[in-house]
Amino acid sequence: MKLIMIALISGLLFGAGLTLSQMTNPDKVLNFLDIAGNWDPSLIFVMAGALSITLLFFRPILKRPRPLFDKKFYLSSKSALDKPLLIGAAIFGIGWGISGYCPGPSVAGLGLGNFEAIVMIGSIYLGFIAHRLYSK
Amino acid sequence: MENFTPYSALSGGILIGLAAILLLMFNGRIAGISGIMGGIFNASRTELFWRIAFLTGIVIGAFLFNHFKPDFYLPRRNFPVWLLAFGGFLVGFGTRMGNGCTSGHAVCGIARFSVRSIAATLTFMASGFLTVYMIRHVLGVTL
Repeated sequence: MKLIMIALISGLLFGAGLTLSQMTNPDKVLNFLDIAGNWDPSLIFVMAGALSITLLFFRPILKRPRPLFDKKFYLSSKSALDKPLLIGAAIFGIGWGISGYCPGPSVAGLGLGNFEAIVMIGSIYLGFIAHRLYSK
Repeated sequence: MENFTPYSALSGGILIGLAAILLLMFNGRIAGISGIMGGIFNASRTELFWRIAFLTGIVIGAFLFNHFKPDFYLPRRNFPVWLLAFGGFLVGFGTRMGNGCTSGHAVCGIARFSVRSIAATLTFMASGFLTVYMIRHVLGVTL
């Protein structure tokens, strides 16, 4: 129950942050990715704001033996750079550059009554399923 | 640069960062949206419930924020649905293959100095820039 409450509160902050920063506006995201055009550097500030907090607190938190409400930290154990990581990230970037949405804003868009969010969520899950079939 | 909004971007980013440290400090989980979405299918019950709570929180958080401050969200009109779905498919496939998206790699992974996350972030940023360059300046299409 405690885990669920924290997850809900964290999600609330996340959704409010995405909307305030306008990550939920695909045109703004695409204008950020359009360096050669009418460039809007705002999203650098979203990254800077988020990283200023996580860079400051992640390492002290991870030095603790365990999180407050669970037995261990759930982190990726992978450390090597491999092809799937880089190819996957490149494919994600193409999809991001076409649509103007990454996964977070797609979810947040459901709360904004955004029709595009439904299309994004549905096609993201199709992509998940395709990857599962592909990697078998 | 007429649409530059550094203050709201920075404050929104800080909220996202706070959400990420809350989830790590209490639950020991990384706030990576693609991973949390993907984990819905093959999760045990506790795993499933916090994931749904987190995603529901994002939806409600966006709804409430937009309810009280409606001038931040601007719906896009007339973007071709097939193209959006194609983009979404690549986002889904790519984030699974690359183990994460903007939140998991760029916000959380970089903060723990993960070389994989730094490489992934540089890669998806570069391919995002290149994709928009191709669409807008080589093909000359503005949607």
